[in-house]
Amino acid sequence: MQHVSPIREPLVTGGKTYHDITQDVCRQVEAKPNVRWAAALAVALVGLAIFIYSVYRTLWYGIGEWGLNKTVGWAWDITNFVWWVGIGHAGTLISAILLLFRQKWRTSINRAAEAMTIFAVICAAMFPVLHMGRPWLAYWVLPLPNTFGSLWVNFNSPLLWDVFAISTYFSVSLVFWYIGLIPDFATIRDRATGPIARRAYAALSMGWTGSAKAWSRYETVSLILAGLATPLVLSVHTIVSMDFATSVIPGWHTTIFPPYFVAGAIFSGFAMVLTLMIITRKVFFLEDYITLEHVESMNKVIILTGSIVGIAYTTEFFIAWYSGVEYEQYAFINRAFGPYWWAYWSMMTCNVITPQLFWFRKIRRSLTATFIISIFVNIGMWFERFVIIVTSLHRDYLPSSWAMFSPTIIDIGVYVGTIGLFFTLFLLFAKFFPVVNMAEVKAILKSSSEVTHSHGRGATMHATDKDSNSNTHHNE
Amino acid sequence: MNKKFVLGIYDDEDVLLAAIENIRAAGTKIYDVFSPYPVHGIDDVLGIKRSRLPIVAFFGGLAGMSFALWMQIWMMGFDWPMIIGGKPHIALPSFIPVTFELTVLFSAFSMVIVFFIVSNMKPSLKVNVFDKRSTDDKFVMAIEVKEGATDMEALNNLLRSNGAIEVNEKEVVK
Repeated sequence: MQHVSPIREPLVTGGKTYHDITQDVCRQVEAKPNVRWAAALAVALVGLAIFIYSVYRTLWYGIGEWGLNKTVGWAWDITNFVWWVGIGHAGTLISAILLLFRQKWRTSINRAAEAMTIFAVICAAMFPVLHMGRPWLAYWVLPLPNTFGSLWVNFNSPLLWDVFAISTYFSVSLVFWYIGLIPDFATIRDRATGPIARRAYAALSMGWTGSAKAWSRYETVSLILAGLATPLVLSVHTIVSMDFATSVIPGWHTTIFPPYFVAGAIFSGFAMVLTLMIITRKVFFLEDYITLEHVESMNKVIILTGSIVGIAYTTEFFIAWYSGVEYEQYAFINRAFGPYWWAYWSMMTCNVITPQLFWFRKIRRSLTATFIISIFVNIGMWFERFVIIVTSLHRDYLPSSWAMFSPTIIDIGVYVGTIGLFFTLFLLFAKFFPVVNMAEVKAILKSSSEVTHSHGRGATMHATDKDSNSNTHHNE
Repeated sequence: MNKKFVLGIYDDEDVLLAAIENIRAAGTKIYDVFSPYPVHGIDDVLGIKRSRLPIVAFFGGLAGMSFALWMQIWMMGFDWPMIIGGKPHIALPSFIPVTFELTVLFSAFSMVIVFFIVSNMKPSLKVNVFDKRSTDDKFVMAIEVKEGATDMEALNNLLRSNGAIEVNEKEVVK
């Protein structure tokens, strides 16, 4: 047993027992889809339809359907790519880095956050692949032999590093997520009544029985995967930032990019986790597992990473001036006061100013405020990528090649479409998979639930007298 | 051949841990313990050795690193050397990202594949769970019964006196 300080808030409220956890999490997996879920899925499917149509137009007519021009060769596509990859980072951070730091509050949110990672990376991968123009030749980015009529890929190119980084990140995250799901699939399997459900979850659970030896191996595997995923997640956005930093475009060629991108990624990812979790806990009645304590912890991460991002913006500006390089100086003046000033100041407002409201405990613990600010952060981080990419490209060294970028309807369609794709995947996940990691929440129940707080250590989870909890503090 | 087991059902992890210690001290061999979540400290009382999977991960990573370095050095330096950006053919610093990614990839996948193999985990419709509640809220201790050699009455008492809330028998068809 480990000691948990009594001043810590319980992570599971409502005097739950082990069986309650199983019931509460399995409820929406076993029940018929509810109306709210079906309505949400309908909206998401509209988004998916927009995606399919926009991708069809892009493939049929080529990327001329997008607003790119010779000067601004990267715009919404790469903005969206970086934005989605960044969002994915929070999932790995929660499941891997917080596991290494032994942060127990990760247990009830890590499953959904990892799912978010996987779906976000799928959305992200769409953009570079579509941007190739001939996605059916996408396998050319792999180091394939010369019989294909080409040279080897260029291992000096950050774009190629990206191929390796994103595909490794995706596959390792998928495996990590799946390993965590196995015991919960077994739980659903053992409760399933329908023949299809029983067979499907039996196959998914890989014959899991929960024997002591299997758990011992499972924990070892989780720990090592967390240890591998931690540097991996840091490497992914570092490499994404090198797509920019290794070039000689003013505003891109800076060494601050890797840490600045990683902080921004965690920042935007946590905002997306909050957006999703605030909805999920409400729709699936998981308020006792995803408590205000969880929301507050995530808000603390947001204020930390948001402040790092703010410092990075300031540092960039200062260094541009301090470097004495007129192109660099112009790039930054142009960002803040040029034709895209509105994008820059939207970014500043959403990323640097609004998250500072989280210094107030009241706001950190307010679901409405958190939800609004999390949306602001999502918007702000999208603008950050847009500002970095478009304002740097549209006016570079040669004034004769200066140009403006404006998106076409297809640009917007692909972007909105990936949001539809993301929510379609997430809603299907939320219906058919356990959204909360039951096994891990059960493991912390004894040390960190209201039961412990009222009965003291060693109280059994099964004979809980619910009335005796009335004197412990409730969150809502 | 059919095997017979006695199942002691527990509902608390601390009671379970104490029971395992007492029952093993009494000279009874525990076949296995099933729990809904990883019970910390169970490895020590059951005498489960530390998993050697990290070793697999290490050598998997080493293989990935060697493969990545060999691949890049051979392709860029020997098979079709090209001058890119005035860099040397074998520009090790720019090989680091791919080397790192493949190290992680090989390490993770080798460990997970070996984990599935040694734990005999594969997608299968047949599942042998002693008591279905062990994936929900109960801890199940299975003790194999040797025909004629096991004193069922004594075993029952031993389990109950150590906090089992139920004692059941289960026959497993092999």
